[in-house]
Amino acid sequence: MDTLKKETQKGKTIKATKISGAEAVVKCLLEEGIDLVYGYPGGAIMPVYDELFKYKNQLHHVLTRHEQGATHAAQGFARVTGKTGVVFATSGPGATNIVTGIADAQIDSTPMVCITGQVSSHLLGSDAFQETDIVAISTPVTKWNYQITKASEIPEILAKAFYIAKSGRPGPVLVDITKDAQFEEIDFSYKRCEKIRSYKAVPKFNIEKIKEAASVINSAKKPFIVWGQGVLLGKAEKEFKTFMEKTDIPSASTALGLSAIESKHRLNVGMVGMHGNYAPNVLTNECDVLIAIGMRFDDRVTGDLSRYAKQAKIIHFEIDPAEVDKNVKTDVAVLGDVKQTLSEVLKFVNKGNHKNWLNEFNKLYQIEYETIIENQFNPTKEGLTMGEVINRINKETKGDAVIVSDVGQHQMFACRYADFINTRSSVTSGGLGTMGFALPAAIGAKMGVPNREVIAVIGDGGYQMTIQELGTILQTKAAVKIVVLNNSFLGMVRQWQELFFDKRYASTVMTNPDFVKIAEGYGIEANRVKNRGDLNTAIQKMVASKSSYFLEVVIEKEDNVFPMIPTGASVSDIRLS
Amino acid sequence: MEEKRNFTVSVYTENNIGLLNRLSAIFLKRHINIESMTVSKSEIEHVHRFTFVVIVPETLIRKVVLQLEKQIEVIGTFYHTEEEIIYQETALFKLSTEFMYDERIQNKLKLRRAHVVTITKNYFVIEASGLKGDIDKMYDRLKPYGLLQFVRSGRIAISRPKMAISDLLIEN
Repeated sequence: MDTLKKETQKGKTIKATKISGAEAVVKCLLEEGIDLVYGYPGGAIMPVYDELFKYKNQLHHVLTRHEQGATHAAQGFARVTGKTGVVFATSGPGATNIVTGIADAQIDSTPMVCITGQVSSHLLGSDAFQETDIVAISTPVTKWNYQITKASEIPEILAKAFYIAKSGRPGPVLVDITKDAQFEEIDFSYKRCEKIRSYKAVPKFNIEKIKEAASVINSAKKPFIVWGQGVLLGKAEKEFKTFMEKTDIPSASTALGLSAIESKHRLNVGMVGMHGNYAPNVLTNECDVLIAIGMRFDDRVTGDLSRYAKQAKIIHFEIDPAEVDKNVKTDVAVLGDVKQTLSEVLKFVNKGNHKNWLNEFNKLYQIEYETIIENQFNPTKEGLTMGEVINRINKETKGDAVIVSDVGQHQMFACRYADFINTRSSVTSGGLGTMGFALPAAIGAKMGVPNREVIAVIGDGGYQMTIQELGTILQTKAAVKIVVLNNSFLGMVRQWQELFFDKRYASTVMTNPDFVKIAEGYGIEANRVKNRGDLNTAIQKMVASKSSYFLEVVIEKEDNVFPMIPTGASVSDIRLS
Repeated sequence: MEEKRNFTVSVYTENNIGLLNRLSAIFLKRHINIESMTVSKSEIEHVHRFTFVVIVPETLIRKVVLQLEKQIEVIGTFYHTEEEIIYQETALFKLSTEFMYDERIQNKLKLRRAHVVTITKNYFVIEASGLKGDIDKMYDRLKPYGLLQFVRSGRIAISRPKMAISDLLIEN
């Protein structure tokens, strides 16, 4: 054991005796500082699992109940820790089952390395049992992928995989390893990858662009910042906050940028986008300079592009050159890592004062509060609202929890109303909108930050897409809190049917099982709330629990998320009802 | 609606399996038809070169080029208009030997700087290089003789402006 430890000291090139390709895989992970893997075994990856058994004291494996769950758990882990999530799956269906998670990680820039087993190299292309061309299938949704057919390739390729997944704009990498390569023996030595000649992880920033951006910002009368996940991925929260405060610019977040700045900061004017806040959406079309930081102008953020911030000069701080001018034409593009470019621009910007301009945001917030938020937090109707549940969770956790949301109405309520005081506290499937994301992602998040409260907020639809992961909670005792907001509808689709399809509720009504019994079947303490009077105690009880806890809240059936920018409308045409 | 134009896209890459799939997927993702494609080695050792021809608006090709460039094993990507490149396509025509001494065919060969590469008892093969239009014309002229086989290569192109791949490799 001692020699083994010596061999696996980080960062050093090590030489050792002959080991199998499968053992090499495990040693590579240890070299990369990985101690947690999510996965599901099967024929083509059995040699690697056999090594996991031997190395179980150093590398912990979490058996999920479906490979998709493994990917989302790895994503949840990566999102709250900033580390790379690792997934193991077997060939064929094991590999195809991880495609959704990979696509999700690709569009939301999550660092993830997936290792799949493959049939032996002599069987490739023969339609062997559980053979599928996962390299071809995963190509459009991976940052990089590779098929290993010789054990000697394993150290170099895995080193590359971890470097690519984590560096620059992060993303998922898939490495497919044939079974014979897992058995083959090699002399193992490992060297971390620090550079690939054809890949520039972070573009060098141009000081002239920094100065140009600063001069535009300094002369702006109504500047407005929209920040995205780039701030979190670049670990630039501090630099961003300093920049925002010095320039005194009202700032709004994209859904994925949430929690980078505390929700209650006086300059944080909320969330932009389809169900974002009224003020930042409306005033997008009134600002004179729009400063986009680590965001990609997703269509859910911009609405109709031809009527998006046309009056404004656009400054784009961005790490990925392919995002510049992709959707919105930029006046000043500042390429580079935001942590660096924001520190640089800070040297050239003047201390700002935009009190009157910030007041315009506050005035519009009042309108939103009176027409929408007040009714959510203190409803006069009998039925419970999603907003009051989130608000109650805020009060109990004091904004200190990680909120993992799924996809749909409840997601928008969670993103709109959850209070955050710490960074990396909001985990949601933004770009891909993967229903079923939250439960496994919350498990991964809890394992990433075991000392924090992790609350999964899920709709009754999405919950049933990965409900089997309750088994993972049962087995690992991950103390995840699950809140299912049950309106017995696929709520977001139903809302669209109500607004745009004359209330033709095609296949959105859900006949649901007894969720409490199901949770109890998995050994999870469970409770159901139907009346407003019971809500506070129920949430208090859930938050107080030291182990996993399930809470179903029966919600008003036909409640809608507002404000809303209908598809094809401009951000400033956002509807309040 | 922005005008669609012919663009020649040159992608310099590492020589790895699967890269063709990754690059063509980027065109597929944006629903772009690839008019022609050639893969060959380049002027730099171990660096390969893909030459794609597509007909799209310039704003679109700019975005596609950035997406191509973003792929890990892509070293550099360039796009050029027809005016910015010198390009050729090569075609082979297989005809029955009975037309071998037909004067009209002989004249066409001279005109197009084409030449006969093989003659057998039953057939002969003409090779012609030139612009796509030239080859198309040649095809139309020879078709009445009953083409036994016809094949045309993808475009190969050399750009007039510099494509500083060696510099990119040094810089990294």
